[in-house]
Amino acid sequence: MSHTHTVKRYSGLMDWLTTVDHKKIGILYLLAGGFFFLVGGLEALLIRVQLWKPLNDFVGADTYNELITMHGTTMIFLAAMPLLFALMNAVIPLQIGARDVAFPFLNSLGFWTFFFGGVLLNISWFTGGAPDAGWTSYVPLAGTTYSANHGVDYYVLGLQIAGIGTLIGGINFLATIINMRAPGMTFMRMPMFTWAIFITSALILFAFPALTVGLVALMFDRIFSANFFNPSGGGNMVLWEHIFWIFGHPEVYILILPAFGIISEVISTFSRKRLFGYSSMVFATMLIGFLGFMVWAHHMFTTGLGPIANALFSIATMLIAVPTGIKIFNWIFTMWGGSIKFTSANLFAVGFIPTFVMGGVTGVMLAAAPADFQYHDSYFVVAHFHYVIVGGLVFGIFAGLHYWWPKMFGRILNETLGKWTFWTFFIGFHMTFFVQHFLGLMGMPRRIWTYLDGLGFNEMNLISTIGAVLMGVGTILFLLNAISASFKPKNAGNDPWEDGRTLEWTIPSPAPEYNFKQTPLVRGYDAFWKEKMDGHKGMTPAEPIGPIHMPSPSILPFFMSIGLFIAGFGFMYARNWGHIGPLNTGYTVAVIGLLITLGCMALRSIKDDHGFHIEVHELDDKGGKA
Amino acid sequence: MMNRWQLGKRLAPLMAMMMLVLAACGREDLSALNPQGPVAEEQFGLMKLAITIMSLVVIIVFALTFYVIIRYRRRKGDNKVPKQVEGNHKLEIIWTVIPIILLVILGVPTVQSVFNLSKDYSNDPDAVQVIVTSHQYWWEFEYPQYGIKTAQEMIIPAGKTISISTKSADVKHSFWIPALAGKIDSNAASNENKMYFSAPKTGVYLGKCAELCGPSHGLMDFKVKSVDSASFDRWVAAIQEPVALPSDPAVAAAFESKCLSCHAVGDKGGPAFPNLTGIGSRASVGGILVNTDDPEYSNEGSVYDNLYRWIKDPEAVKPGNLMSDAYDLTEQELQGISQYLSELTLEYE
Amino acid sequence: MSAHSHVDGHLPHEPEKATLEGRNKILGFWLFLGGETVLFGTLFSVYLALRDQVLDGKPAHELFSLPLTALATLLLLTSSLTSVFAVHALHKLDNKALIKWLVVTVLLGIAFLILEIYEFYHYVHEGHGFTTSAFSSSFYTLVGFHGAHVAFGIVWISMIIRQLSKKGLTVVTAPKVYVAGMYWHFIDVVWVFIFTVVYLMGKVV
Repeated sequence: MSHTHTVKRYSGLMDWLTTVDHKKIGILYLLAGGFFFLVGGLEALLIRVQLWKPLNDFVGADTYNELITMHGTTMIFLAAMPLLFALMNAVIPLQIGARDVAFPFLNSLGFWTFFFGGVLLNISWFTGGAPDAGWTSYVPLAGTTYSANHGVDYYVLGLQIAGIGTLIGGINFLATIINMRAPGMTFMRMPMFTWAIFITSALILFAFPALTVGLVALMFDRIFSANFFNPSGGGNMVLWEHIFWIFGHPEVYILILPAFGIISEVISTFSRKRLFGYSSMVFATMLIGFLGFMVWAHHMFTTGLGPIANALFSIATMLIAVPTGIKIFNWIFTMWGGSIKFTSANLFAVGFIPTFVMGGVTGVMLAAAPADFQYHDSYFVVAHFHYVIVGGLVFGIFAGLHYWWPKMFGRILNETLGKWTFWTFFIGFHMTFFVQHFLGLMGMPRRIWTYLDGLGFNEMNLISTIGAVLMGVGTILFLLNAISASFKPKNAGNDPWEDGRTLEWTIPSPAPEYNFKQTPLVRGYDAFWKEKMDGHKGMTPAEPIGPIHMPSPSILPFFMSIGLFIAGFGFMYARNWGHIGPLNTGYTVAVIGLLITLGCMALRSIKDDHGFHIEVHELDDKGGKA
Repeated sequence: MMNRWQLGKRLAPLMAMMMLVLAACGREDLSALNPQGPVAEEQFGLMKLAITIMSLVVIIVFALTFYVIIRYRRRKGDNKVPKQVEGNHKLEIIWTVIPIILLVILGVPTVQSVFNLSKDYSNDPDAVQVIVTSHQYWWEFEYPQYGIKTAQEMIIPAGKTISISTKSADVKHSFWIPALAGKIDSNAASNENKMYFSAPKTGVYLGKCAELCGPSHGLMDFKVKSVDSASFDRWVAAIQEPVALPSDPAVAAAFESKCLSCHAVGDKGGPAFPNLTGIGSRASVGGILVNTDDPEYSNEGSVYDNLYRWIKDPEAVKPGNLMSDAYDLTEQELQGISQYLSELTLEYE
Repeated sequence: MSAHSHVDGHLPHEPEKATLEGRNKILGFWLFLGGETVLFGTLFSVYLALRDQVLDGKPAHELFSLPLTALATLLLLTSSLTSVFAVHALHKLDNKALIKWLVVTVLLGIAFLILEIYEFYHYVHEGHGFTTSAFSSSFYTLVGFHGAHVAFGIVWISMIIRQLSKKGLTVVTAPKVYVAGMYWHFIDVVWVFIFTVVYLMGKVV
């Protein structure tokens, strides 16, 4: 059957604004996430410069609180998660033998809402003040009484909009992994990275709505004078903590599980060995995800919940160490007996293991509530979470980027620069954060603009600052690597590491628009490796060659996100922009913004997208018998 | 390629840091690693247990990792495909069961300690009750048993159990005296919290605010001063004695109209801001300007100098505090009031 | 891919599941409802935590009128039943009956909303406004969010009715009907919880 609808194809900027192709969306996430990583990194450097000596006045106290708030918020929501989404988008459909995700249009919408949410949040720097109540935005500090300027409004609305994107992404990858695996790929034949993303997506689905409610309540308190958290109106400030952390704790597992998946892929590939204990790894990942919802109040040990709650949450938190430990040993034993090659990707993956374990054990220390009464809100906690987030997640992202860069861009990153990146970043990281354990135990609280002289904090803070600069150097080296690689020819082969085990290494680098000319037939776990060991050059196809149906590009997600962006401004400034006639200007702008979004949704519903076909003669090379 | 030199490069910073462990016990009046009271000691004991167990885990993981990456690194020209191992049941059971056992070893004392440290001494006749109210950016201490209100410095009898009840007048803060006990948050409205501690050794212990509460969160220091019982009784008596206003009528007039509308001395003045009775005897002004006749750091000075500096420009000392721009004083008034307050001492030691 | 599933020009049984896109949409929507469950669950928790903080406003047992709430419940539950009839008609491939039952569903939904708007208007005049207390803020947010979901559903189903009458019942329009039906059932279930937790429990002094 042929179709006579016109094929809409864009090029240049319009191509990128309208793309629904997961590979391009992955690159968009990488660029935007990378940009925000630099912003967050700059904020971190400014923080460390302020703290390099006691009673410093490099920045004012107000600015400092804005810096720490924006550093945390930007790094978690606008850098780490989007970089993970970049890898998810670039890799998952390829690893399961699919041609795209289940909802390509929504995939694009997810990116643009994240992007505009992030832009909205960062505009606050230029419009009278960024949010300054910490990334945790505790009330009453974050209420209008004590945070009268619009900073926290930007936090609430920016995150709300960006959060929509994340939720959409979670649903998308769940449906993709459930419904669109290639024939023969049962759940227990999926690569570990796919499993990790599957469970992460479930965590996203169940954790983000709690944040949505919390942000709505805070927004209503601030903008519509509601009384959720306002004590004089009967509200409860501890309620915010519960809602935030019921989201917040699963969030950190959302951050780390994909990194675990990446480590599994990289270590396995560069040891030339299959992952040790695959089924336990799957089970352990599920257990970590599940337990992750049971432990939120360990962030609230000092809030006054009472001994029974504190005891229960201590034990539950300690339990997570068990499945995590299982994974660490499985990685070590994957390398045992293997043939280990230390590419840059593998340096990061191997460096991850001892570093993350250090972060994990301080986590178990924190889990003991009475001890936590000393650690909480001190630099000990700052050290712990940077060890697991930077030493865990960021190392994982660097490993994943080096590993999958050829599949995304057709070029391998320079290995020498990669090694320099690793060592500067690795050494800088330990310098920055190891000493912070001691600072906390010696009595230095966190989120303090400056510290007094003579308390014993000076030398370690100086070391920490120098380490941070070194991390900055490492980051710049990576950037230089990425940029210089873009000038090289796109000549990476299908399987540039030569030891690829999974389906993404069976297709050209970068992947063609349609991914697989013919959907592959999966005959076992590590599908490609299995074929290699059986003496085949590639996969057996599961279908004959035919025209490939592709989803149409669309500009609607871009406009839907702009609509939300405009609405955000309208709500925020409703109390400042006066009236036009009988109408409040701010609310009018908000309604216009929402109508743009809703209008685009209506258009999407009414106009059917039949997609387009790539005809057989447009496909590369010859293909094989199904 | 990993070789011995790179291995050493990895270990050296780690070893250097370990040395810091031994060196960094911290100040006696500030460090959680140097506990000076039974509560902090119990918490430190739990920390030591946890770190011992965790060090064991870390050493094993590090040893295995280093062994594996050295022993199994790919030599040049080696193109062999290693044996693909699916798993090993025995190993997997070992590294599931042993961590569980380790967690039980840690978990039992943890739960015991949780309940031990949650004991409520608010009705104990032997305990000294102190109601702690946190403000942006100062600490109020009320002793209901004696009808006393003071600020910034909590005088306590050595060895006695101090039963604390915390609440906040504005945003969330957290009450932390690391050398004596872990912290407890102060919440607004009805979410009052209780904790207890004691300080068997006399001395001044540094207290910190441990919950982000605004720009001067890091400057919201307070002191806990442990004195012998006799001194404590003398302090209780001394602080309740009537306080004379400044002798100079011009200074007295300024003091009354511009200071006592918010602050209190003796039985005069308002309750909403730090009580100034005996401020001349306190260890610091505004929590962070340390009173000393031998100033070493930029936040130190004589009592008079600190008071002068604070009253002249509180915003420069503690950004965002509520005293900034609240009043106007002439130079004479400023000097007179600073002098008066520096002489407002309490004899009890 | 999408329009290829005609067998001899007839629609397959369960047309909403005949294409991969349709199956994806249904799965995706189940997942979305999982997230919505957490959303409403959190809203309910907030309401339960704050429902005693009445301050100067009227307490729940004086405010709520069970007869009105019962009528609203009857309307919404019936509309859920009619949406079941609609999906029945979908599986019988009867476009006319399908449209008819969807119209009845929408009308019942509109009636529900009118009652709820009247109810809120009445409360505000009784001194129970959005900003009155923590109880009132959480009440209006919870029940209001539900009402907003009903309103969205009404607009959505109306648009589907229009598409069905213009394009007919196809493997493209069928999943839209099915998914909207799932949505409508979901907000009905949420209402059952609201009726119980807010109104019935509110009447207990």
